[in-house]
Amino acid sequence: MSLFRTILFVAALAGIGTGLVGAALHLLTTVPLILKAETFEQAEAAAPAHSHADAAAHTAGAQESAAHEHDDEAWAPADGLERNGLTLLFTVLTGFGFALLLVAASEIAGGLQNWHQGVIWGLAGFAVFTLAPGLGLPPELPAMPAGDLAARQIWWVGTAAATAGGLALLAFGRSPLLALTGVALIVAPQLIGAPQPESFETAIPEALHHNFVVASVAVSFVFWTLLGGLAGWLRPRLAAPAA
Amino acid sequence: MTTRNGQNLAAAHDSLAARAVAITFAALIGVVVLGGVGFSHVSAMHNATHDVRHANAFPCH
Repeated sequence: MSLFRTILFVAALAGIGTGLVGAALHLLTTVPLILKAETFEQAEAAAPAHSHADAAAHTAGAQESAAHEHDDEAWAPADGLERNGLTLLFTVLTGFGFALLLVAASEIAGGLQNWHQGVIWGLAGFAVFTLAPGLGLPPELPAMPAGDLAARQIWWVGTAAATAGGLALLAFGRSPLLALTGVALIVAPQLIGAPQPESFETAIPEALHHNFVVASVAVSFVFWTLLGGLAGWLRPRLAAPAA
Repeated sequence: MTTRNGQNLAAAHDSLAARAVAITFAALIGVVVLGGVGFSHVSAMHNATHDVRHANAFPCH
């Protein structure tokens, strides 16, 4: 099998398997917390702007979040089966996309030989795509204040890329200077800092957000370990003996 | 001998180039897929992927 087809098949199977497990975990843990946060978001939207009936729900953050309301004219899935079905579909696609990056990168280093190696690459993926961006932009719930979207997306992508490059230099660099450059690449985006909102005030209870961050990071850990392990297990079975 | 070595070198070179192309294209597909799921600004796309973006800590809203 050609290398391209090998990467595609390994990534597709690992992505589907991991996506199904990841979606089930998200639907059981993070999604109920997102729905709960939306009840606070809707309570804010429904309440008059200057009522003093419920002071806690009328912080500056609450009013700011009204500007973040979804575009009412755009299509949106109905709650329940449709919405959760899309979460399942897009979690599988997320698994496929991340698996393509993981398997492609591991091919530069000669290709995954077994599931142990795959798990190590998966942990690297967890560090690159969850830990590093999460230091500046922790998982957040709807109705929480945040900096400019495009700026946050650029910082997120730049941080993931710099962390991936830094880890590669640390793992494969053949001189102390390259290793030091790797450390610099990992630290630099954190020193630059992620775009932050002007105010952190929000109607979302801190405990709810805390539970969400823990659930999101924990599911991501399972996701990446499984994605790497599956890819490492599949790759020798799908690659041609000559490759 | 020289010819044979030359051929081997050419074959190895082709294989390296082919590997680079395969790896690059596979990674590009990954970037496009993740760009659509996690980063698209189209409203309908945002609404469809809303929970996945929040749950996976992609920047959202």
